[in-house]
Amino acid sequence: MTIQEIQEEIIDEFDLFDDWMQKYDYLIESSKDIPLIDETDRVDDNLIKGCQSKVWLHAKKEGDKARFTADSDAIITKGLVALLVRVFDGQKCKDIIDNELHFIDAIGLKEHLSMNRSNGLVLMIKQMKFYALAFQAK
Amino acid sequence: MALDIKNIRAQFPALHQEVHGCPLIYFDNGATSQKPQMVIDAVTHYYNKENSNIHRGVHFLSQQATDKYEVAREAVRRFINAGSIEETIITRGTTESINLVASCLSRWLFKEGDEIIISAIEHHSNIVPWQMACEQSGAVLKVIPVLDSGELDMDAYRNLLNDKTKLLAVNHISNALGTINPIEEMIPLAQAKGALVLIDGAQATPHTTVDVQALNCDFYCFSAHKMYGPTGVGVLYGKKAILEKMPPYHGGGEMIKEVKFEGSTYNDLPFKFEGGTPNIAGGIGLEACIRFIEEIGIENIAAQEAELLAYATEKLKEVGGIRFVGEAKNKAGLVSFLIEGIHPYDAGTILDKLGIAIRTGHHCAQPVMDRFDIPGTIRASFAVYNTKEEIDVFIKGIHKVKQMFG
Repeated sequence: MTIQEIQEEIIDEFDLFDDWMQKYDYLIESSKDIPLIDETDRVDDNLIKGCQSKVWLHAKKEGDKARFTADSDAIITKGLVALLVRVFDGQKCKDIIDNELHFIDAIGLKEHLSMNRSNGLVLMIKQMKFYALAFQAK
Repeated sequence: MALDIKNIRAQFPALHQEVHGCPLIYFDNGATSQKPQMVIDAVTHYYNKENSNIHRGVHFLSQQATDKYEVAREAVRRFINAGSIEETIITRGTTESINLVASCLSRWLFKEGDEIIISAIEHHSNIVPWQMACEQSGAVLKVIPVLDSGELDMDAYRNLLNDKTKLLAVNHISNALGTINPIEEMIPLAQAKGALVLIDGAQATPHTTVDVQALNCDFYCFSAHKMYGPTGVGVLYGKKAILEKMPPYHGGGEMIKEVKFEGSTYNDLPFKFEGGTPNIAGGIGLEACIRFIEEIGIENIAAQEAELLAYATEKLKEVGGIRFVGEAKNKAGLVSFLIEGIHPYDAGTILDKLGIAIRTGHHCAQPVMDRFDIPGTIRASFAVYNTKEEIDVFIKGIHKVKQMFG
């Protein structure tokens, strides 16, 4: 599936819920599906700085694609990063760089993109794109 | 005296709104309090009718604005019982007040090897300026450790004091834990070693009587916005004899007597430390918030908040699985805690969705979180307008959080 297709799929899934409580319950469920970072990669070097909760992100190059694993000590953040990984993992680096993410806004979690939230969702996206850029340059 | 909380709440327009479809419950007063109509009116009226630069113009508006600004200064002097208005410097807030002192002392007083004592439960704004002063002067930072209760280790404090101690900088009330520090005891101990004492009173002035002459501290700093006043304005109290010796901070208009290219002479106190056009509307708002507090009576505010603290603590204990961080015997109206197994960020996000504004995270006091080995806390901090009914809703919210993440 392309990045666009996965985003549409996530939007459809969240459309099933009427209220925020169900959306957050689903986000909590999503956190369980995260491709979990290896214990050996769960190190400070892989921490995304500036988040109120801890977020570890690991990336590796596989041909022209990027593979991601991640984790967080807060469940909502873990759910959010799980969605990001779902969208970007296994995609071509070029597509990761070129694609803008619109699904977060569309599923009603836009508030997590604000500067004030300190969960670093913006930083996570930036970091994933940064990895893609670095892999592409290799 | 029992306060008419309903009437007090009615004076705060911001309290009467819905957030995410729920009535707002505002428990983030430690960060900043809401503003009563009289403060909003004072600021608005200034811009509507009185706006003018102060201390210069001979015209009517300028003189009127100057008078009002100086009335505010006198109100501040009375509020903290400073000896004179020369000791009452109006700043941008606590952070600027501390930076002012740190900057001036590092140029004037601190020498290589001198020691500056702070505590382990300081806000970043009472840590970083001293680190910068140390970098500049070669002084060394010493830290009073904190006990598990959230109280300062007074024996360790006594042992830190010596002839090299030049300054003690400590908060009156900890923003992260609510601990009321025994400053009455700490101040003379430092001064006996010849050290100066600066008190960060940002969390104290909204909740407790401050008498700088009785305390005999050398500097006392606070902000208007935590005591129902506007943001961007605060106070530095300093003893006249010290302020007179201290070099100025910001150079500019207002703070000079005479400017020549060969050199300038500085204005008298307090203007020597007030370079540039100040936050005039803020100063006028500061006067209004002092009037607001004085009309209710600070003892009555303290009593109301103590009741809220006792009630919230009791109700949280009933919830179970709550770890309190900071259980000092002498504590101000805030609870800092963790729900077992749940990250504060998760709790804060859900509480926000229920219209409850609390603070999560390190509260600008990262060393405190490191000391207790926690990622942060959930902090509910109360003001005079909060109610037990709001705490009941908050407790329901905590149950909801436990249900979602438990």
